[in-house]
Amino acid sequence: MTDQQHLQTLSDIRRMMERSSRFLSLSGLSGISAGISALAGAAIARKWLVDYYYRWNTSGVHNHDDFELLKFRLIVLGFCVMIVALCGGAFFTWRKARRNGLPIWDRTARNVLINVALPLAAGGAFIGGLLFNHLETLVAPTCLVFYGLALINTSKYTLPDVRYLGILETILGIVNLFFLRKGLYFWAIGFGLLHIIYGALMWWKYERKGSLQSIS
Amino acid sequence: MNPIGNLNKIFESRIRLGVMSILMVNDEVNFNDLKQMLEVTDGNLASHLNTLEENGYLKVHKGFIGRKTNTTYAITSAGEKAFKGHLVALEYMIKFTK
Repeated sequence: MTDQQHLQTLSDIRRMMERSSRFLSLSGLSGISAGISALAGAAIARKWLVDYYYRWNTSGVHNHDDFELLKFRLIVLGFCVMIVALCGGAFFTWRKARRNGLPIWDRTARNVLINVALPLAAGGAFIGGLLFNHLETLVAPTCLVFYGLALINTSKYTLPDVRYLGILETILGIVNLFFLRKGLYFWAIGFGLLHIIYGALMWWKYERKGSLQSIS
Repeated sequence: MNPIGNLNKIFESRIRLGVMSILMVNDEVNFNDLKQMLEVTDGNLASHLNTLEENGYLKVHKGFIGRKTNTTYAITSAGEKAFKGHLVALEYMIKFTK
């Protein structure tokens, strides 16, 4: 065997170790599409909030039913944004996996989902508790903190850069705790802006070459 | 010293090398996942797994999920040691035989 063959063997080993333990099909474009859905959602939420405060100021009294309706609409909007973001993310990731000839659903994908779902489920239950106790102002920072921790937790099983996104989301959530009524803006930064920046960086770092090759 | 003396003959097959690489970084992997990752046929993979097991590099655990068999494989400490030795030998070769 020549040196060339031995080098080939070593790179085979590296590739197998990485491919079997990390889900590498996560696409940067997923991040960008999730970020755009979050920003669109934030814009709609802002309009609803502005309208609500306008009604409050013109009538001069706090309308309990109006507030409950606003709360309900915002929760539904949140779920809708999440579903749109997940669908976009799944689509771009599926596309990347297919291009690279990798399976989309294997043990690495399972690892990512389980490890992201555990902290998110804890966060979801926690937020349920906050809403139950009428602590709405704490919802936005809690979302950011638990989402950040979920990303940190799952970064062991996918692109290592996810860890930095997770750290930033967590910090942003904690800062948000000190600016409680600005939750919407922190949401827009955390779920919108950070996702778009992260997605663009990841696309640039891991996918640019591949997609240029497939065009030419 | 013979530069290739430390290479382990067992790991000369690419499939066996692949199995060991995967098991180095995963606690327990089942047959189907190994097959999917290595892109080999059942029979081929089974015979390579047998060789590794006979040499004491693999722990085999036969189980069931419902009625379907689910056989999982894990690396033994002997296997881990042997594989690391093989990697060191490979590295040594590339560095010092130029």
